[in-house]
Amino acid sequence: MIERDAAAEALPRHPGPSKPSAAARRRRRTPVTWVRRGGLWNLAFLAPMLVVFGVFSWGPIAQAVVMSFQKTNLITPPVWVGLDNFARVLSDPNLGTAVLNTLYFAGLALVFGFPLPILMAVLMSEVRRGKGLYSALAYLPVVVPPVVAVLLWKVFYNASPDGVFNTVLGWVGIPPQPWLQSSVTAMPSLVIEATWAAAGGSIIIYLAALIAVPPELYDAAEVDGAGIWRKIWHVTLPQLRGILFIMLILQVIGTAQVFLEPYLFTGGGPNNSTLTVLLLIYRYAFQNSLGGDYGEATALSLMLAVFLGLLSWLYFKLTDRWSTN
Amino acid sequence: MTTAQGTAPATTADSITLRARLSRMTRRGRGAQEDGGDRGIVSEHERGRGGVRASMGAIHVFLFAGLVVAGLGPLLWLAKAAVTPTQDTLTQPFALWPNGIDWANLEQAWNDIHIDQYFLNTIWVAAGSWFFQLLIATTAGYALSILRPKYAPVLNALVLATLFIPAVVLLVPLYLTILHPPLIDTSLLNTYWAVWLPAAANAFNILLVKRFFDGLPREVFEAARTDGAGPFRVFWSIVLPMSKPILGVVSVFAVIAAWKDFLWPLLVLPDPAVQPLSVRLPAVQSQTELDVFLAALAISTLIPVALFLVFQRLFLRGAGLGGAVKG
Repeated sequence: MIERDAAAEALPRHPGPSKPSAAARRRRRTPVTWVRRGGLWNLAFLAPMLVVFGVFSWGPIAQAVVMSFQKTNLITPPVWVGLDNFARVLSDPNLGTAVLNTLYFAGLALVFGFPLPILMAVLMSEVRRGKGLYSALAYLPVVVPPVVAVLLWKVFYNASPDGVFNTVLGWVGIPPQPWLQSSVTAMPSLVIEATWAAAGGSIIIYLAALIAVPPELYDAAEVDGAGIWRKIWHVTLPQLRGILFIMLILQVIGTAQVFLEPYLFTGGGPNNSTLTVLLLIYRYAFQNSLGGDYGEATALSLMLAVFLGLLSWLYFKLTDRWSTN
Repeated sequence: MTTAQGTAPATTADSITLRARLSRMTRRGRGAQEDGGDRGIVSEHERGRGGVRASMGAIHVFLFAGLVVAGLGPLLWLAKAAVTPTQDTLTQPFALWPNGIDWANLEQAWNDIHIDQYFLNTIWVAAGSWFFQLLIATTAGYALSILRPKYAPVLNALVLATLFIPAVVLLVPLYLTILHPPLIDTSLLNTYWAVWLPAAANAFNILLVKRFFDGLPREVFEAARTDGAGPFRVFWSIVLPMSKPILGVVSVFAVIAAWKDFLWPLLVLPDPAVQPLSVRLPAVQSQTELDVFLAALAISTLIPVALFLVFQRLFLRGAGLGGAVKG
């Protein structure tokens, strides 16, 4: 197909507006030549994608932009309100709370959840026998359906002194904690569960990356007299730099859209202490007693999207650069 | 298993044309095979030293214990609690059946919460999402990579662009699309189409499949064409059979994502009769006694965990590959 196009392109051009020759006529794209070149087949293969993306991806994305400037409630016809939705979102006192909570969640998740899988993967990569067993054990929490995991941990977080975690704390002499019941401990509790649920996946990815570190580098480092710690610091971690940065961006993109944990654990409480941005969007659209405020919800999601879009653009640039290297 | 787990992404990657991205891994995989030696951070010499050996032994004991407690512990506790009366679970969470085993919990969960029905719904959601994701990814990948019409780069860019749009933007307008889909007059609410079709609009799948197709040898298609094979025959009898590795990866991603999804099915499947487990379990929590509820959780965990234990290598390879692809 491509060759044929190239051949058509290579045909000599006839100068002057005289009668078009047979070759020139063939170069013109008539419907017949289009069909002969497989134009219909191309369309047939593209059709499923065009329909599905048009209706369920490109269409709604365009609609999101339009809707953010409209007042829509599905009952009355939509009205243009300019930047009203954005103004109302920005003046919502809950927005500040939600943004700060989301940043808090993301920050805690970085502190708890980012270094732990790296450490585990480095230690696990040095295991000689039964590596498969270690990997399987580490990956097991990822296999548990996330909803089941949250509901189970909700039982673990029972705030009575006989709760599962409080019993364990009792063994080492720590007084019972309120966990999800207090606005101070609720967010860290969410983060601990989220870390438990996600660490296994990251560990497996880091293990794969560790295998890719060329062993010659360690040999060379030893020749230079490096010990174990210096090898980790000067060889392993620099070699993992790329994947570490990617995982960091992916984690930030993921945690900025956290919904499941606050929705199922606390519903945003106590005292809005676990109200996240996505939960706020959900409330605007689907938990509004006055009917969904879809304009406000899309306005906020667009603002979040611009921030995340920048991050994923950065991510894409980096992966593209690293993959071509 | 030991080395297989480690080198699996590398050696199978040879057949996969994610090769560019995986080249660093393959290098290591081949290197290890050629040298016959496989080393990590700690050298043989260092392992021989007493202090290093002792501390590494201690670290491994702690590591193993930690993994057992964190990975297996919650599941074992859930298995125990599933057959324990509510009062025992609440007052002595770590006692092993002080007042006997309550097998009836499992039966009650199965019959009263109708786990069987919601489980079937879950499978239905996952199967449909899998089918449509594969359908879209392979046909679009074929058209964009191998048929390659003049306008392919434009479409490719439009597909890639959606990767930069986080899912949250789609939430409300997509919901409204489901309520009032274009051209057809009925709402898709409470039908599985509402889950399947949006899941199929997955740019990442198309990217993966297209890159794989890009790496397939063109001469094979040319030869088939000269032999008179039409575009569909090339697709069905040549491209698809050559693409099993990437189809496997997309399948694993598709099924896992469908299994885990919560917010979207919650929005578009408000009718309990069609809801998957992930949506149904939180809904029944308040009206269910704790022991029966825990039994329901245990049953819902059992199948994915069993699948994982059976197809362990596929899962772990998929997860590692996910990283390689992401990386």
